[in-house]
Amino acid sequence: VCTSRFWFNYRHVANTLSVYRSVKRLGIPDSHIVLMLADDMACNPRNPKPATVFSHKNMELNVYGDDVEVDYRSYEVTVENFLRVLTGRIPPSTPRSKRLLSDDRSNILIYMTGHGGNGFLKFQDSEEITNVELADAFEQMWQKRRYNELLFIIDTCQGASMYERFYSPNIMALASSQVGEDSLSHQPDLGIGVHLMDRYTFYVLEFLEEIHPASQTNMNDLFQVCPKSLCVSTPGHRTDLFQRDPQNVLITDFFGSVRKVEITAETLSLDRDVPGLDSKFPEEELATEPLKYAEQLPVAQIIHQKPKQKDWHPPGGFILGLWALIIMVFFKTYGIKHMKHVF
Amino acid sequence: GGMAAVLLLLLLAAAGPGPGRADAGRERRDALREELLLSPLPTGDVAATFQFRTRWDADLQRGAVSHYRLFPKALGRLVAALGVRELHLALTQGFWRTRYWGQPPLQAPAGAELWVWFQPTVTDVDKAWKELSNILSGIFCASLNFIDSTNTVIPTASFKPLGLANGTDHHLLRYAVLPREVVCTENLTPWKKLLPCGSKAGLAVLLKAERLFHSSYHSQAVHIRPICRDASCLAMSWELRQTLTVVFDFFSSGQGKKDWSLFKMFSRTLTDTCPLASQSKVYVDISPKNKEKELLEVSPPPTSVHEAIVQGDRRTYAVYDLLSPSLFNTSRSLNVQLKWKRPQDSSEMPIPTLHAQRYVGGYGLQMGEICTLIYNTHPYRAFPVILLETVPWYLRLYVHTLTIITKGKENKPSYIHYQPAQDRSRPHLLEMLIQLPANSITKITIQFERALLKWTEYPPDPNHGFYVGSSVLSALVPSVTAMKDMDVEQSPLFTSLFPSSDGSSYFVRLYTEPLLVNLPTPDFSMPYNVICLTCTVVAVCYGSFYNLLTRTFHVEEPSRGGLAKRLANVIRKFRGVPPL
Repeated sequence: VCTSRFWFNYRHVANTLSVYRSVKRLGIPDSHIVLMLADDMACNPRNPKPATVFSHKNMELNVYGDDVEVDYRSYEVTVENFLRVLTGRIPPSTPRSKRLLSDDRSNILIYMTGHGGNGFLKFQDSEEITNVELADAFEQMWQKRRYNELLFIIDTCQGASMYERFYSPNIMALASSQVGEDSLSHQPDLGIGVHLMDRYTFYVLEFLEEIHPASQTNMNDLFQVCPKSLCVSTPGHRTDLFQRDPQNVLITDFFGSVRKVEITAETLSLDRDVPGLDSKFPEEELATEPLKYAEQLPVAQIIHQKPKQKDWHPPGGFILGLWALIIMVFFKTYGIKHMKHVF
Repeated sequence: GGMAAVLLLLLLAAAGPGPGRADAGRERRDALREELLLSPLPTGDVAATFQFRTRWDADLQRGAVSHYRLFPKALGRLVAALGVRELHLALTQGFWRTRYWGQPPLQAPAGAELWVWFQPTVTDVDKAWKELSNILSGIFCASLNFIDSTNTVIPTASFKPLGLANGTDHHLLRYAVLPREVVCTENLTPWKKLLPCGSKAGLAVLLKAERLFHSSYHSQAVHIRPICRDASCLAMSWELRQTLTVVFDFFSSGQGKKDWSLFKMFSRTLTDTCPLASQSKVYVDISPKNKEKELLEVSPPPTSVHEAIVQGDRRTYAVYDLLSPSLFNTSRSLNVQLKWKRPQDSSEMPIPTLHAQRYVGGYGLQMGEICTLIYNTHPYRAFPVILLETVPWYLRLYVHTLTIITKGKENKPSYIHYQPAQDRSRPHLLEMLIQLPANSITKITIQFERALLKWTEYPPDPNHGFYVGSSVLSALVPSVTAMKDMDVEQSPLFTSLFPSSDGSSYFVRLYTEPLLVNLPTPDFSMPYNVICLTCTVVAVCYGSFYNLLTRTFHVEEPSRGGLAKRLANVIRKFRGVPPL
């Protein structure tokens, strides 16, 4: 989830896209990823290279790529939509790609980046989500058995405050800085004119580039990423709610996905002609007279169009009659002689 | 006996249905035609229009169709489930400058535009419309779920169906425009996935996002409509037409040189054809201007030259048929190059017969004026045009200030349909049929007042402004050359989207610029300020009052003091000095 709007927050979009790219590379398909970007940087009019988002200066790596699917764009990234995706309480007509279709055997990775403070994360410069709301949303997910294990990574200023209030089991959290510290950005690109990445995510990305779907690296290595000498802020983590020992948790448990493939040596022969296929089409009745296209600008028909039905109004005479009645009652009560003065 | 049985079996096997016949039956059912049209524009830019048409001879409405071959399943099921008769969705970035570039083959307004005709069997059209926009937002990764009653209108005269229609009750039509919608790679990716060959073979290999979005105009559209199956038109087929128009800028992509090639535009060349396509062609517009020799030279030499009357004008096209075996004889890849034979004179730019512009007039944050100018540059023919304007509810239009002036005199429209807005539920709809005299400029002005929204209704960046969607001009423009009724199947795809009944004029739909209007925005920190101030005032007042009422004073005994003080007092008593 990237929660920042405006061109100078390019780095937050680049952060999110680089984690998206790593996760896709390690095997998680688009149908299992919900990507929320609060602003469009790639096709932004201020981007000198349209349709690209770079994460390294000198434009080495385009993390936007050619095969990206953004599920929540622009104004759709709000606190309400985010909590609805997490808890599953979405309006019935939401398409599948915008839903979190997880069950009690799913491991979920949540990565959030943006501007934050002590206990809150700012969404689009107009609203915030607090750590209490987030903890409650996770508890709702636990009650509904929407996750098996959850890894929460946050890269904002004072990020550790966001995981202080979690109380549901099986959650492991990482943050880029402690309470009272700011997370800093990595390097600006003079061609594009903005900072391209945040330090913590830059080093996490470097770490993830060495992971492949079969690697055995565990979470303790992820906790060591970006020490204070490189990051200037102190990354923090929280594992007390997690039941397994982080030493035994593989990185690919959350970042990657392996499909089980069964290889068989027997051959299956497919029938080239499926007998019933063509006959399934019902015999179409042909029209008796030729069908025709509509006229695009039927001037005569438009001018003489029947006027649309107006809403029912009481007839004008009704108002007149009502007023006449009022006047008659008035003069009857107060005497007929007043009428002579009127006329 | 055994030999006879074996012979019988062999005979039966040979007489069984061969593979060829059933395939031929299946092949007639759906077909893919693709083409690319390259037209150099008068300003030196070049426009490339891709059209992919999948035609399917099946009835999606009746019977459960479960075997989808070329027609994408996502759209087929959508059409069947929601009772859609026609669907047109366009996502556009940029604006087509009709004045300088000429009439567009197919224009779309900036942002997202969706208009749909439903079948007469649909009972609740609004519910189906809402579901449709949600499903499309998932398929195309666009925020089409923002389409609701505040930006949907029901046009009565424009947007007649482009496919077969049995009667046009406009209550089955819905039209919505989202001018703020951004188009980027995430919209192109699902669009490319709908093509039968994807982006791996055929003309679609040229569609690379990094080049397509580095352009002045990028528009991708999906059109689904029922069409005649053959010339007799006794049965219908469904047509899915995917079009993509991109205009490459002469200065940024062309690096200042007017010579274009496929490699320069798309950074790749054509290598092979899509095996599922029955026709795959590249057309290059080499029409001579002013009836002189061609100004344009194309290489490699085309497979044929085709003349067609497009938009009322005779045009010449160099055709490269990718399915003809002679094309890839010499080299594995096809890189069409266009070179100008002599430098183009900028004063020779032809002016299109119909073009329009729209702008906001006035000053300040209270009132304003929307002005539309429509130009008819035909020297002697007048023709009617329908103007459709959709204005959001927060710009309150004053219809009594609507004026239409042509050549200094008032021009009364033959048909006006105005539906006023309802706050927060419906936008304004203004539709007018105006007769444009020959060689004239028509100015339409209407004044509006800006409303103050509730503070939660402002978007996160309210100082950017609020968009007013493009207005739509539909007109039958008189042709320079009369068009014969051509067989729809043989004519190139770019001539066949708008069905034309009469050869003397052609139908064109133009869009004006979208407007960006500033609304008065409040200071969003005011709620915080008000809370602080109120709490301080209440605390000070209430606190003082409470203290005044409940505080009592009593005398306090001085404390005896610590040990040191008592000793000191004892010493002072001995000295005769008063105690501490």
